[in-house]
Amino acid sequence: MYATTYHRPSSVEEAASLFTKGTDARYLAGGHTLIPVMKQRLAAPSDVIDLAKIPSLVGIDVSADAVTIKGATTYYDIANNAQVRKVISALSNLTSTIGDPAVRYRGTIGGSIANNDPAADLPAAVVALNASVTTNKRSIAADDFFKGLFSTALDDGEIITAVTFPIPAQAAYAKFPHPASRFALTGVFVAKTKAGDVRAAVTGASQNGVMRVAAIEQALKANWSPSALDNLRIPDDGLTADIHGSAAYRANLIKVMAQRAVTAAS
Amino acid sequence: MPAVKLMVNGKPASGDVEDRTLLVQFLRDHLGLTGTHVGCDTSQCGACVVHIDGRAVKSCTVLVGQAAGANVTTIEGIARGDELHPMQAAFRDNHGLQCGFCTPGMIMSAIDIVNRHGGSVDEATVRHELEGNICRCTGYHNIVRSVLDAAGRMKVAQAAE
Repeated sequence: MYATTYHRPSSVEEAASLFTKGTDARYLAGGHTLIPVMKQRLAAPSDVIDLAKIPSLVGIDVSADAVTIKGATTYYDIANNAQVRKVISALSNLTSTIGDPAVRYRGTIGGSIANNDPAADLPAAVVALNASVTTNKRSIAADDFFKGLFSTALDDGEIITAVTFPIPAQAAYAKFPHPASRFALTGVFVAKTKAGDVRAAVTGASQNGVMRVAAIEQALKANWSPSALDNLRIPDDGLTADIHGSAAYRANLIKVMAQRAVTAAS
Repeated sequence: MPAVKLMVNGKPASGDVEDRTLLVQFLRDHLGLTGTHVGCDTSQCGACVVHIDGRAVKSCTVLVGQAAGANVTTIEGIARGDELHPMQAAFRDNHGLQCGFCTPGMIMSAIDIVNRHGGSVDEATVRHELEGNICRCTGYHNIVRSVLDAAGRMKVAQAAE
């Protein structure tokens, strides 16, 4: 790892101010992506600004309509929050399958979605549940937030302060995990809103990261059951092909994981 | 960075180190606590697991600055004098190690598992929860047996307190 300067601000304002002062500053949350990348010397930030200890960035609020999770809340704390489990158990289940227990103690929701790894789990939840991402500058709708591989709508220096998930009528996430990393080889999050709309978001399969699949959404809106997808054929255009699976394999996994998710949600 | 200060195994520890210093490097190279191992150095294998404020984490993926002010417990800090921690004793009694390289991380993760799931934790849970710790000798069977044995001992010890 190249030399860097570590900062531990106590407020979002102080963090943002430190960011503008650094020549090539980066925010640090759980650090389980940034630190390995720095160790490989693929990133060499001049300044590392730790967001994880900022009190206003940690915590979960549950209201009648929505769950709001502050940006630096860990996967462990999301997975083990009884109120979240009561109203969006899909989110509890999803966060309890990220990485391993030691990783879940460190990784944060804001860190995950700001990084937008194409095989990360949380982007699928954010998109399928039509969440809104609050930053220190504005609010961004899920459909506008993710901009392809490792890129988002965030400006330089912008900090995710919270993610707000509307409580769905039914929702579930099913993933086929990579056997070593536990990242999603393909994961599908399906959600039915209280108004009856259906959203389905896929992670791990597309070269561009998380995506919605209109054909699944339409079929499930007409008939919320796994059999509604029996005759669906997902095209493999733009899907990832690597040593772990071909594009056609992932296309089939999208359908199978979507069916499993609907079964789990019902 | 000014000298970093933290508690390690119940005692104050500090060091004047570069900001890029990893917690595991600080423990091993500056404090001489070489029980915590570096296996893969890529947050996969779990040989470097220590507890930060009671949570089992991979110290190869934490900057020492992130642990400033925290209570860190390493494998050296769990025995009471000459009396092994029940998890250590169970690993010895059940032949829960072969080469021993992964053992410190296994034990620190296993204590965390029992703390979270209680002394009645079942085998399937132990196997699943050890997914972040790799034994290159593949001696998992006796590791799981050790954890289950220790879970029972820890339950009895907690009941007695």
